[in-house]
Order: sequence, then structure tokens, then C-alpha cells
Amino acid sequence: MRFAVHLEVRLRPTIADPEGATIERALPALGFDDVHRVRAGRSFRLEIEADDEGTARRRASELALRLLANPVMEDTDLLSLTAVAVEPAP
Amino acid sequence: MFPGSNCEHDVVRAVESIGGNAEIVWHAATDVSAFDVVVLPGGFAHGDYLRAGALARFAPVMGAVADFAASGGAVIGICNGFQVLTEAGLLPGALQKNVHLRFLCEPAALRVDSTRSVLTRRVPLGTELVLPINHFVGRFVCDDATLAELVAEERVVLRYVDNPNGSVDDIAGICNEAGNVVGLMPHPERAADRLVGGVDGVLLLTSLLELSGAAAA
Repeated sequence: MRFAVHLEVRLRPTIADPEGATIERALPALGFDDVHRVRAGRSFRLEIEADDEGTARRRASELALRLLANPVMEDTDLLSLTAVAVEPAP
Repeated sequence: MFPGSNCEHDVVRAVESIGGNAEIVWHAATDVSAFDVVVLPGGFAHGDYLRAGALARFAPVMGAVADFAASGGAVIGICNGFQVLTEAGLLPGALQKNVHLRFLCEPAALRVDSTRSVLTRRVPLGTELVLPINHFVGRFVCDDATLAELVAEERVVLRYVDNPNGSVDDIAGICNEAGNVVGLMPHPERAADRLVGGVDGVLLLTSLLELSGAAAA
């Protein structure tokens, strides 16, 4: 089976996020003066081949921790995981 | 060197100018045991994709570098090399984007705050050096427990006199517990010739030369 995975990587709450802070400072100029606590992060979409959902979930978390995020400064979340059809080769 | 490194020739030139021999080792190498010192140069290894140093740490040579470090060999990571060493877990903490999101390319005043490392042991404690910095991802971060450990064990080898990037505790360079693995953001190899503005880097690099068999003989 194949699963579509959406992962988020973001800085830990205690790590200063100058990118988020800069975006937050820019927003009032556009009339968004009601926005607070902006944090920037990254999202990754990928597909995993696995026998079942549990395995796919475990593999996704493992690759997120070992490569996509640096656990010293980043947290990661699995936002979604859904079974998908495998596209036939062109 | 990794694909994307760009300071390796500066290191070779600086080392040769003080009487050492240097050789550039490609990242696919699997053995570095013949050397006295390994330097991970600055640059943008693997384009710094994902995070600075995140992909370089999986290069074949990094296994050899880890073995070399474990057996007491001197490993120096400069700038991007420092980022690679933290990603590889050979040094604690991590490097993050500068706090004001500006790329910095300027001379930085630094203070030697520990002589415990192979890079600083010949330099008197408290010596001020001016070395170039050249980075966007140079803000050293770590958790409070790690910082307390680094400070207590005198492993903060270099501090900025005037913190340019928001690094925790003004940290510009650290070493591992044994002092043989050192990472620093400033570039000593670019301050090794009077023609290019300063020779303070020589003070640090000379400490390394002493480790070589040639110098000892």
C-alpha cells in the first residue's frame, strides 16, 4: 500500500524565530494588526510504501526525526497520513 | 570537502604558509587516519538544503571523521564545518539563522575563553582576536542544561566581544569534552596573510601544527 504523508517541522517554542517575528512586524502595514505569535516552519509532503498504516506512520515519524528535523532545535508533527492509489508508470 | 564547500583552498594555503602540509580530501573518502588534523571547511555543503550541514553529515567521510575524533584526532569545523559537526552529533547544540536575518560578512572581535581545545591551547586566555565572519546561519543555540555544561567544563573556546548574530552567551566556538573536536563560526584561515587584513588566525592554526608528527620530530 502507499500512503500520502504531510509532515510539519517547526522550531521549538524556546528557540527564537526571527523569520516569524519579521512576518509579524510586516502584517500591521497591510491592516492585519490583530495577528500575534507568528511562527514560521516548513512542511513536507511525501509518499511511503508500507504494508499497513501503522508501519507507514512509524516510518514517517522516524524519517522526520532522523533527517527532516534537527531535534536539538526543532519539533515535528505528522499532520496527515492517508492511503492513496499508486499512479501507473507513464 | 563536500560538494559546495568553498573554503578548502583557503585552509590549504593558510596551513602551508605556516609550514604545514595539507591535502584536500573528497567527501566520498572512507579513511582519514593518515592525517594529524582534519578540518571541515566553510561553504555550503550540499547547498545547505534542508538545514546547513544536514545532508553533509551522511557523507561517507563523516564515519571516518567520527572514528578519527573518537580515537583522539583533532577535528576542526569552520563555519559550515561547525554546522556539519553539530548535525553529526560530534558537538552539542545547533546553528540557526542570525537573529536579525542578515548575512554577515565582516571582521569580528573575539575573545579566547578557554585553552582546553586543540585550537586554542597555545593562545593565552583572554586574548582578543579579530577574525572574519561570513555567515547567515551562525546563531549558536542549545538548551539551558547544555549551556551550563559547556560553561562549567570550559568548553566555550571563543566568544564574540560584540555579539553580531544573537548566539546564546555570545558563543562563537565550542569544543567537545576531550577538547579535540572544535567548531567555530569565524574563519581563522582567512586571517593568515597580512595582504588580506590580519594574521590573528595564525595564532590558532599554529596550535594545530604542533599536533603533526612533522613538527614533533
